[in-house]
Amino acid sequence: MSEIILQIDGKEVKAKEGMTVLEAAQSAGISIPTLCHHEKLEPYGGCRLCIVEVEVRGWTQLVVSCVYLAAKNLIVRTRSEKVDRIRKMILELLLAHAPDAFELQDLAKEYGADKDRFEKESSFCIHCGLCVRYCAEVKKKNAVGFVDRGTRKEISFIPGIASKECWNCKECFPLCPTEALQAAFVLTKALISSPPSSELVSVGIGKD
Amino acid sequence: MNKGRVDQIIEKHHGEASSLIQVLLEIQSEHHWLPKEALDRISEKLQVPLTRILYIATFYKAFSLVPKGRHEVHVCVGTACHVRGAPRILDTVQDLTGIKPGETDADLKFSLETVNCLGCCALGPVLEVNGKTYGNMGPSKTAEVLKNYE
Amino acid sequence: MLRINSPEELEKLRQEILSRSDPSKPCISICAGAGCLASGAGEVIAAFKAEIEKQGLTTDVNTKGTGCPGFCERGPVVIIYPEEICYLRVKPDDVPEIISQTIREKRVVDRLLYVDPTTGEKAIHESDIPFYKNQKRNLISYNSKIDSKSIDDYLAIGGYSALAKVLFKMTAEQVLEEVKKSNLRGRGGGGFPAGNKWEGSRNAPEPIKYVLVNADEGDPGAFMDRALLEGNPHSILEGLTIGAYAIGSHEGYIYVRQEYPLAVVNVNIAIRQAEEYGLLGKNILGSGFDFTVKVHQGAGAFVCGESTALMTALEGRAGEPRPKYIRSNIVGLWGRPTVLNNVETWANVPLIINKGADWFTQFGTEKSKGTKIFSLVGKITNTGLVEVPMGITLRDIIYKIGGGIPGGKKFKAVQTGGPSGGCIPEKLLDLEVGFDELTKAGSMMGSGGMIVMDEDTCMVDVARYFLNFLIDESCGKCTPCREGIRQMLKILTNITKGKGKEGDIELLEELAEVAIDASLCALGKSAPNPLLSTVRYFRDEYEAHVKEKRCPALSCKELIAYHIDPSKCQACMICLKKCPADAIEGGKNRIHVIDQGKCTKCGTCIEVCPARFGAVNKISGQPVPAPIPEDARTLVRKSKEQ
Repeated sequence: MSEIILQIDGKEVKAKEGMTVLEAAQSAGISIPTLCHHEKLEPYGGCRLCIVEVEVRGWTQLVVSCVYLAAKNLIVRTRSEKVDRIRKMILELLLAHAPDAFELQDLAKEYGADKDRFEKESSFCIHCGLCVRYCAEVKKKNAVGFVDRGTRKEISFIPGIASKECWNCKECFPLCPTEALQAAFVLTKALISSPPSSELVSVGIGKD
Repeated sequence: MNKGRVDQIIEKHHGEASSLIQVLLEIQSEHHWLPKEALDRISEKLQVPLTRILYIATFYKAFSLVPKGRHEVHVCVGTACHVRGAPRILDTVQDLTGIKPGETDADLKFSLETVNCLGCCALGPVLEVNGKTYGNMGPSKTAEVLKNYE
Repeated sequence: MLRINSPEELEKLRQEILSRSDPSKPCISICAGAGCLASGAGEVIAAFKAEIEKQGLTTDVNTKGTGCPGFCERGPVVIIYPEEICYLRVKPDDVPEIISQTIREKRVVDRLLYVDPTTGEKAIHESDIPFYKNQKRNLISYNSKIDSKSIDDYLAIGGYSALAKVLFKMTAEQVLEEVKKSNLRGRGGGGFPAGNKWEGSRNAPEPIKYVLVNADEGDPGAFMDRALLEGNPHSILEGLTIGAYAIGSHEGYIYVRQEYPLAVVNVNIAIRQAEEYGLLGKNILGSGFDFTVKVHQGAGAFVCGESTALMTALEGRAGEPRPKYIRSNIVGLWGRPTVLNNVETWANVPLIINKGADWFTQFGTEKSKGTKIFSLVGKITNTGLVEVPMGITLRDIIYKIGGGIPGGKKFKAVQTGGPSGGCIPEKLLDLEVGFDELTKAGSMMGSGGMIVMDEDTCMVDVARYFLNFLIDESCGKCTPCREGIRQMLKILTNITKGKGKEGDIELLEELAEVAIDASLCALGKSAPNPLLSTVRYFRDEYEAHVKEKRCPALSCKELIAYHIDPSKCQACMICLKKCPADAIEGGKNRIHVIDQGKCTKCGTCIEVCPARFGAVNKISGQPVPAPIPEDARTLVRKSKEQ
């Protein structure tokens, strides 16, 4: 594998081919905030918090560093007025779901995000998908998945699988940026009452 | 829906995991909803996790995980119908049937859905019941149309 | 059916088909497109068949169910060849007269002709009708000439000759060069040059490549792709096969949205016919080139019109888009080079090959070549599909072809580009239609929906409408789209309900910026367009809603009230009886009064109040006048006064 040299925040960084900008930055000790990233999982690009500016052939572009591949002579800026403004808004949007999550609170402090900017939403889930992807990619159990789409999208445990697999695992709980409240809540509910009409147990608290 | 029929449909699509959506569409169109047993069988035969099947079955609008009513009412809410008064048609249907889009009434008489354009914009606002299109609707005409369905 | 093994055999078959048909034999072509079918074309076709049999003309007259000729407003449309007499709004009852008059006596049935609303002149032929006269119908004109289920009809108009030319007289590089030279840009929305896309795939090292047809025409108010796919499916297949040859692909897919069942049927028939003739499958026309096509039905998700989401769906998954940092013509379906073009783009390919890039580039502007089909809908006199050269002005489309706004109303805006597009105001009506021009105006070409709005359309409500559409259609994967749209919609809904606050417009703009900059796919990146374009051109309407709690278009339900003018009400009881909410008080000779507490603002009263009374008013931004006192409600008729 050939080595690539790129520039991140004015610092020369060596990366291996196939590495993402995020990985290259992390290897050089430069931190970029993430929520949906996990080193054991395939890049997802969902939360968009790791957005950075890159310069390609003189053009400045906004790209998501957990997915964008490091390339030779690439110039990366992990902070800028624009990047910070986007991160602040993303945090504010997510804080409407999980205002008490420590991880979000810490980031909110750094980016000046106001946790009360938007009205509170009924679901804690911020759709990072860590639980779903970890269960599928690492544990290969597929006990929890996504259902529906858009703003109705939720995580959902499959009771038949969860009752067998989850009690002794629970590895997804600490992954949850919203302090596992969600996963725990949903799982418990799934195991106590598996509804006869459908295989779905959803997390929309307002729903039932 | 019996296992044999589900297997036939799967075989028709050569048992390939990539044809999962086509298999589900066929079951939906034959059975009008996707029973759990059918989904379990597909998961087993196509070697696809149930989580993925349920994601698909809830992601796409064509699928239903609960039985549908005898009459499927579709109100077109495409832009052309919208500017010609589709919201009033939808309100009228909701008032008359007592159900909201995505719901089925308790007697399994009507299921109501909105659609984002049937491509009959010249006739808007458009209402479709069991595949039959009714054009140039107004609130009172809507009531007359629905009366024809028992 | 026998297999065609060489270009010579194809020509021979074509001559045979042509010699079989007598050009002087009457042929009744009836539009069997979805629009006319909804207007009763099915019954009309059945009536023609029955009447022809009844009058003993079965061997003397042909009937054809064709694709959509475009004039949906006046459907069902019937054209009688060879004279090309065009009858509009034909009903089964008209059929016996048409047969005995036009077919037997060669006389025109006057009352079924098009009447020009301004001059009162009648038009006998399709080409005399202003709606058609001002178009340039390179693609859609074939629709009414062929039976959409007959490959022989397609061969009769020269079908598959472009494919034969490509396979036997051109190298793949030459095909690529011709398409590049034509500067054909993608008709699905983005306007990316097709030739460059093809070249990228051709040059990609991976040997297995795919070609795809995007027939997931999800933009509400757009149905030109459906008309082409339903009416002339072979032209798409021919274009696709040519593209496959150019890039070296042997496998293609047509992704059709589930809401178009007739298109699925017709395209499947076409594939089967082409396979039987050896125009698809192994060793096409004896050239040694193999190519197969499969149809994949969508399952109802707008986001699947986005290229990467469409590919994810084809792979049998939920249609979540993928990051596009590497283009899908290099890494696409199953990670392989994939050319995805929309229906109309593919349909242009056989024409470019047959007539040449120079022919194609004579239409259009410097940067947007050829013609484009638009679906002209909404508050417009002539609803339907129109094909025009790029560069025509919006004004010409709306007034010369579309016949202007019905009911004497005033034009307000035209929305193009679907949920990713924007609203263009009256002051920009002289804008020349092209990819870059529309983008510059804050809208986009999109797939070609053109929704005309008049003074009764509220622009805040239009923005709210599109975000409401998108909140349902976003895949939900990325934050700026999912959460951004959620918040933008909440704010807009509040504004339309009279709960808007100072600063709302600015917050909307801030949310829009993040959605544009940070969303994963084109759906999120373009979602704010309807909002931003209406704020840009109609800011005063937003401010009226926020500051005065007034809807200038009298459209937002929560901001309007219906009121019966006691001086005009004739106590005719019509509105009182029709009101679904029983909200109208009154009686015989008692002036009617709306109980504002019960009124659901459905608008039935204003609709049914006889025009000569015109007693019902809509008001906004002002208090409803107090109901007149009970004892003053007895109607004093003017005739009695005298």
